[in-house]
Amino acid sequence: MSTLEIRDLHVSVDTDKGSKEILKGVNLTVKSGETHAIMGPNGSGKSTLAYSIAGHPKYNVTSGTVTLDGEDVLAMKVDERARAGLFLAMQYPVEVPGVTVSNFLRTAKTAVDGEAPKLRHWVKDIKQSMAALRMDDGFAERGVNEGFSGGEKKRHEILQLELLKPKMAILDETDSGLDVDALRVVSEGVNRVKDSTDAGVLLITHYTRILRYIKPDHVHVFVNGRVAEEGGPELADRLEAEGYDRFLTPTA
Amino acid sequence: MSLLTPDAKTHVDPAAQASVPEKSRAERKTSFDVADFPLPHGREEDWRFTPVDRLTGLLADEPTADGAVTVEVSDQSVVAEPLAADEGVRGTALVPGDRASALAHANSAKALHLKLDAETEYDEPLRVTVHGNAGKRSNGHVVIEAGVHSKGLVILEHTGSGEHTANVEVVVGDGAHLTVVSLQQWDDDALHLAQHEALVGRDATYRHIAVTLGGKVVRINSNVKYDGPGGDATLLGVYFADAGQHLEHRTFIDHNAARTKSLVTYKGALQGESAHSVWVGDVLIRAEAEGIETYELNRNLVLTDGARADSVPNLEIETGEIAGAGHASSTGRFDDEQLFYLQARGIPEGEARRLVVRGFFADVISKIGVPAVVEPLMEAIDAELAAGAQV
Ligand SMILES: Nc1ncnc2c1ncn2[C@@H]1O[C@H](COP(=O)(O)OP(=O)(O)O)[C@@H](O)[C@H]1O
Ligand SMILES: [Mg+2]
Repeated sequence: MSTLEIRDLHVSVDTDKGSKEILKGVNLTVKSGETHAIMGPNGSGKSTLAYSIAGHPKYNVTSGTVTLDGEDVLAMKVDERARAGLFLAMQYPVEVPGVTVSNFLRTAKTAVDGEAPKLRHWVKDIKQSMAALRMDDGFAERGVNEGFSGGEKKRHEILQLELLKPKMAILDETDSGLDVDALRVVSEGVNRVKDSTDAGVLLITHYTRILRYIKPDHVHVFVNGRVAEEGGPELADRLEAEGYDRFLTPTA
Repeated sequence: MSLLTPDAKTHVDPAAQASVPEKSRAERKTSFDVADFPLPHGREEDWRFTPVDRLTGLLADEPTADGAVTVEVSDQSVVAEPLAADEGVRGTALVPGDRASALAHANSAKALHLKLDAETEYDEPLRVTVHGNAGKRSNGHVVIEAGVHSKGLVILEHTGSGEHTANVEVVVGDGAHLTVVSLQQWDDDALHLAQHEALVGRDATYRHIAVTLGGKVVRINSNVKYDGPGGDATLLGVYFADAGQHLEHRTFIDHNAARTKSLVTYKGALQGESAHSVWVGDVLIRAEAEGIETYELNRNLVLTDGARADSVPNLEIETGEIAGAGHASSTGRFDDEQLFYLQARGIPEGEARRLVVRGFFADVISKIGVPAVVEPLMEAIDAELAAGAQV
């Protein structure tokens, strides 16, 4: 049983005109087995939250805390966070030319587990996960995200999620840019991970579409750098019907 | 294209237009006579990137000092009678193109002569080890003659120190397959100015691989011309320039025969204050060279501030009847987003850096494809990175 706890998190970025605050006091608690949807308009700071938890150097945490089972996540290096059990499926996965997917996955698995995976199981696991995500075998020998289509990049992120088995997974707009088939395949992957590992999931999305496949226990509406409203799955239905306008008007 | 960090941005292909030089490469002077090449002042087209002030000693017309180099050949069966200046094939492929090469020729009364017998396959790499001694200068000329339909791999290994001018003259017989690898694993203070020149026979395949990791100033001019149609030349290079090193590679493919092919792929990484690399790739497609195919590429990965990579492709085309001609040149900074992505998957920073740099070199390494070269090379690159991380 793990708990990711975010308390009064303030984050800013450096811009040409000086420091700009993007997260303005975020509070959120995610426990193993729970799925939290974070929904918000573009530019509300969702990716900033995801990257700040993962430790991207561009984002400066000015105050607040992030802990995983009481451990200070903000004090950890990026790779230490991943080894502690955090995983971020990125909105824009990065190309690493010349590094094959198979080499990358094996290196990451070895780093996260602290030992090299047993070869026979490992090969089988990869094959199974790739087949389930409808990725053909040739994929493993391509460069990481090199020339991948948008959908391939997202499948590759979920493949890593399945293989690395984190305690907490943050999925940043994994649904965006996917057609209906790909969305279903990717969602099934996330659901398999939830069933088999009891991971906590923080599902960041702009649209309600993915919530038909991945059922959230909690929904948080994210506006202007903080959580504006919280509720159960029914809140997502309301957002679907009403959009974000209600939260964007000054009187809301 | 010239790049001086830190205000560098990543350049991608079209940014680096192949330029047509003011003066045709065909008009560049070649001569056996040292007097035809005055001491360069550094503004000459072919010396403009080179720190000539560090080379005044080496560019003086001096004989080889006693004990300057130890040369060993792994397989005596390929060592033939040494060649004087006008003897045998010596001088048929290589005519010096600069002062250093003219010195190497003029001060080598007898050239080491390796001869691969016709229609013979050499299974083992033929190794020539050249070890230089500190404070001494040498001039060398090696002739490698691959007989008709022979097949072999020659590895020239340079270690130690000292100052050296050197010519490697390669005659690839018709239908032969020859690979020449030149490894520059010098100590940090060595100077090495070389011209490697091949005459590629009809339907022959020539591969030249330059791997330059060591040395203070290393400059290798690798040239190819053809002795008939159908020849195929591949020039590959890998270099890693550290603080204070100047590593320069110039390639010149003279497409002087029909249906010949050439592929040039050089990749380099740079780290540390005033690390400097230069690649100049000249391709000349002469009027008679119909149906040829050529592609040249240079990529540089700048790992730290203060390093500088110069990359200049030159393409001259004198016939419209070509099958293909292309080029690419780019110099980019190490991408911290790649580092973040790998670290976000639990991979520690040092290992992540290694992966990115290995990935950068992966395609040229796979083209090299010679395990005896590739494995030590990957280890050497890892060691360079580890050493860079300590600074
Ligand atoms: N480097 C930066 N300089 C200036 N503004 C930035 C920078 N990075 C992000 N922002 C701004 O921060 C806000 C939140 O961005 P982001 O977290 O990507 O939002 P979301 O993921 O919800 O669309 C946006 O207004 C964006 O323009
Ligand atoms: Mg976003």
